[in-house]
Amino acid sequence: MLTKKLVTAGVAAAIAAGAIGVAQAEEGQFIPALTYRTGPFAPGGIPTANGYVDYFHLINERDGGVNGVKFIVEECEYGYKTDRGVECYDRLKDKHGGATAVSPYSTGTTYALIDKATADKIPILSMGYGRTSAADGRVFPYVFNFPATYWSQATAVIQYIANEMGGLEALKGQRFAFIFLDHPYGKEPIPTFDILAEKFGFTYDKYPVPFATGTEQKSVWLQIRRTKPAYIIMWGWGVMNATAVKEAANIKFDMSKFIGNWWSASEQDVLPAGDGAIGYKGATFNGAGTGYKIFEDMEGMSGLSDDGDRGTVLYNRGMVNAAYVVEAVRLAQEKYGKGKRVTGEQVRWAFENLDLNAEDIEGLGLTGLMPTTKVTCLNHEGTNPAILIQQWNGKAWEIITDWIPAMTDVVRPLIEQDAAQYAKDNNITPRTCS
Amino acid sequence: MLYREAGQFKTSYSADQAMLTIPLDRWFVFALAAFAIVGVPLLASEYLMVSILLPVLILSIAALGLNILTGYCGQLSLGTGAFMAAGAYLAYKIATNITWLPIWVVIPLAGLCAAAIGIAFGLPSLRIKGFYLAVATLAAQFFLLWLFVKVPWFVNDSISGVPPAPPRTVFGFQVTGAAAGDEAKYLFVLAFVIALAWIARNLARSRIGRSWMAIRDMDIAAELVGIRPLPTKLSAFAISSFYCGVAGALWAMCYINSVEPTAFDINRSFQVLFMVIVGGLGSVLGSFLGAAFIFLLPIFLNSAPGWFGYSVASDTITHIEFMLFGVLIIFFLIVEPHGLARLWQIAKEKLRLWPFPY
Amino acid sequence: METLYLIFIDPFVQMVVEPAFLVEVLIGGLTSGVMYSLVALGFVLIFKASGIFNFAQGIFVLFAALNFVGLMDLGVHPILAFVITIGIMTALAFVVDRLVLRPLVNQDPIILFMATIGIAFFLEGFGETLWGGDVRPVRVGIPDEALFWEAGFGEILVQSADLFAGVIAAFLVTTLALFFHFTPVGRALRAVADDHQAALSVGIPLNNIWVIVWAVAGFVALAAGIMWGAKLGVQFALSTIALKALPVLILGGFTSIPGAIIGGLIVGAGEKVFENYWGVPLLEGATEDWFAYIVAMIFLFFRPQGLFGEKIIERV
Repeated sequence: MLTKKLVTAGVAAAIAAGAIGVAQAEEGQFIPALTYRTGPFAPGGIPTANGYVDYFHLINERDGGVNGVKFIVEECEYGYKTDRGVECYDRLKDKHGGATAVSPYSTGTTYALIDKATADKIPILSMGYGRTSAADGRVFPYVFNFPATYWSQATAVIQYIANEMGGLEALKGQRFAFIFLDHPYGKEPIPTFDILAEKFGFTYDKYPVPFATGTEQKSVWLQIRRTKPAYIIMWGWGVMNATAVKEAANIKFDMSKFIGNWWSASEQDVLPAGDGAIGYKGATFNGAGTGYKIFEDMEGMSGLSDDGDRGTVLYNRGMVNAAYVVEAVRLAQEKYGKGKRVTGEQVRWAFENLDLNAEDIEGLGLTGLMPTTKVTCLNHEGTNPAILIQQWNGKAWEIITDWIPAMTDVVRPLIEQDAAQYAKDNNITPRTCS
Repeated sequence: MLYREAGQFKTSYSADQAMLTIPLDRWFVFALAAFAIVGVPLLASEYLMVSILLPVLILSIAALGLNILTGYCGQLSLGTGAFMAAGAYLAYKIATNITWLPIWVVIPLAGLCAAAIGIAFGLPSLRIKGFYLAVATLAAQFFLLWLFVKVPWFVNDSISGVPPAPPRTVFGFQVTGAAAGDEAKYLFVLAFVIALAWIARNLARSRIGRSWMAIRDMDIAAELVGIRPLPTKLSAFAISSFYCGVAGALWAMCYINSVEPTAFDINRSFQVLFMVIVGGLGSVLGSFLGAAFIFLLPIFLNSAPGWFGYSVASDTITHIEFMLFGVLIIFFLIVEPHGLARLWQIAKEKLRLWPFPY
Repeated sequence: METLYLIFIDPFVQMVVEPAFLVEVLIGGLTSGVMYSLVALGFVLIFKASGIFNFAQGIFVLFAALNFVGLMDLGVHPILAFVITIGIMTALAFVVDRLVLRPLVNQDPIILFMATIGIAFFLEGFGETLWGGDVRPVRVGIPDEALFWEAGFGEILVQSADLFAGVIAAFLVTTLALFFHFTPVGRALRAVADDHQAALSVGIPLNNIWVIVWAVAGFVALAAGIMWGAKLGVQFALSTIALKALPVLILGGFTSIPGAIIGGLIVGAGEKVFENYWGVPLLEGATEDWFAYIVAMIFLFFRPQGLFGEKIIERV
């Protein structure tokens, strides 16, 4: 028995002492991919990760990388846990000559990495999540959140509602409902909505959904049934979305007046509700479906993911994310030497000078899939944040509007205010952008 | 042979009452501490220090705290995450509002606040026992997190709701926030770990520690021999919450650099409980072993295939990680239900006879 | 003063002024409560028979539902899939008994609790390896329509799926009650629950009994999984619904099957009424995560063994 126990002790010691090996390998542009293909948020994490990884694979296979420099993608699964995300980042950041850019895809991990990545000189591309005020490039030189932030999105959604109702004046006296995850992420747009409500004279009721389960929504929908809001806006994530869509269908709410944000409107959110979800709308900044030129190139290519999620909203979003990184690398190579590996710092410069117009996007075969974007030193959100509204028709998401611009005049002062506060708390002297 | 207890005579009362009575033990602990203080910052890579040792040390403090409550006093608690959150949020609040207060005062102060909250949620333990109490402590877990997210006062009305850790210095070295040097951060946390471990060890063998154990072993009997359950249980809750609060404050300030509710959710409570049980209930050493085991095993399982050049899909690895983790927990419980600390003791007993066992 | 009004008077005024809403809230709460009870039942069964707090019950629900839906997606007929899943859960019970419970027999409750957490981790990884992490809708034809019931004081919305869940729960409880009272196995189960040693001494095979209990808990988990899956789609997040079952458990008592049902109804109705009449106006809502726990905690202060739990007798 004692021998047995000692062997166990030995095993334990070996595991505890498990030295951290160092893997050094081939040259290339290294992309650390922080993914969550497991855990409660896996339904959203899987397609996003697939799209992200597949696009790099496509560029490697089709074009041989960027000017001959191939991408090396390494995934690290962190299950949407902040501490594991930080560990993954630390594990990967120095591999293969250093990370190019990192996209954490979780609020908590993004917040934890903002200062860390800045210190490591690795740019973060948190595309439509993370810290909104990072759009102020003076305070956050290494963080980018183009093509739009939560606050821009909130204003654009209100703009869309106004368009539907017949102008901004029609908002006056209206009553809306705002359903959100009771978490800093869900509460983000509230200051923006408050300003808009005051400006345009509408009111809105706030309905937080408890965070631990996200499925506790009976009360919310009973209240909504009673207050009969003109529109419902939702800031949800994970299983909360599916529940909300289902409950809305149950109370026979007009689904075309129910709008989710871009993390609340993907296939996983509507499928459980079945036909009840038809008509549900969502904001997005990327096209859905496989009707784009890029997908022709992917036909029959080997080595791509095969989960059958190609063309879903989140898959395409992952692709758009990768496309931004690829274009930034291309731009960085133009400045710092074609056909050479570029560093995170150089990619940061490229992100900041990224200017993708309609022609560039056409050339990439991504027309309709990604928006035009122009990033500046001052504005890391891009100078023309805008959203699309998509609608679920029972089988697929359809884009039903043109680009709806955000009210940057409302959002920008808020961003600068929050960024200034951040700079003050952290003793950062904002750089000048001239 | 190498490790002996016999023949080591104590000649004074103070020697008899020393924390570690056997010189070999004492030298070993001193050497380990010295190595942790001097050797690690010189030798370890940044990854090892910041991503591995730092969280393990911080979680060891939380595990120590829970071990005081569950291991020594026998009160099962699932509210660890909430008490850690209390420490984190209040440390942020204090640090940003009383800016002249040195950070090494702020963090224990936040711990004291957590202790006060711990006492309030410890009150039911006078009536409720066992798993009923465990579930009741979940009330703290959910209520406190709800409160911290709900009331913007805790984060100074920050719009984003996730404020960054304020940068603070000790002896001119920045120790909190992401800009802090790796060594400075590590040593700052290590100082807390050493101090708190030393206190815990001494508490456990003091009068109060003995009364905790009496309550744990049978509370009615303890009451009959004159141990008052109210102060005993509440003191365990208070001290345990203090440890958890300090751990939470350090976690937010030094490790993830932001004050964020999901870092302290129910899964954290469970994680710390696993550490205590796997490490060994009622053992200071066990808290460290458990924290290292539970935190590092998944990372080890996750990165192991990469070291040997196998490339496995990241989700498959994680699935295997979960399965192996579960199997190993069960395996360890079957082989040694009293935790890793007990295994260590067995190893010591073996060493006593080595190399001539009979 | 105004706060006092909002706390003590206004909610009741509201209730009287709008009785239809109150009825809706109550119905909504009771039906949610039934869903919690379905999960809580599994905990009670195992705790009653073996004194083990089976933390893996939440994962059992997910695992059973995953197998069921996974099989159906492969084209297996629902009824056949149901039967196969019961088979899988029974096999699981057998394996758990052989590999986990037997070696740990007579250990502290907390050690067994920890072991069930190990089981939970294993099943989490195993289930996802088998069936992947995507959302899978359940299509077994559970009627899911909004029924509008015209009461004298207003229109009231009732979900047929909720009613269906109520029927299933009632059926399960009745079946289990009959099973426990009138079958030899059921009697043996109760004997074991009363006193392990006494049961052993009259020749009841303890090991088989445990396999049976775990299998029955697996069956209950499957029923709960299908009902929850029909509501939310079968996905990993289902495992967190165990959190909603825990306050039900302590309120009803760990050892009482009717306690699980009545506890569920109290928790469901209580938290919905509180959220709608006090939570939203006074506390900005989202109180449902903690309300049940606080109530359970206060309640336990006065009755430490829960509503229907066996009285705790302590001796030195």
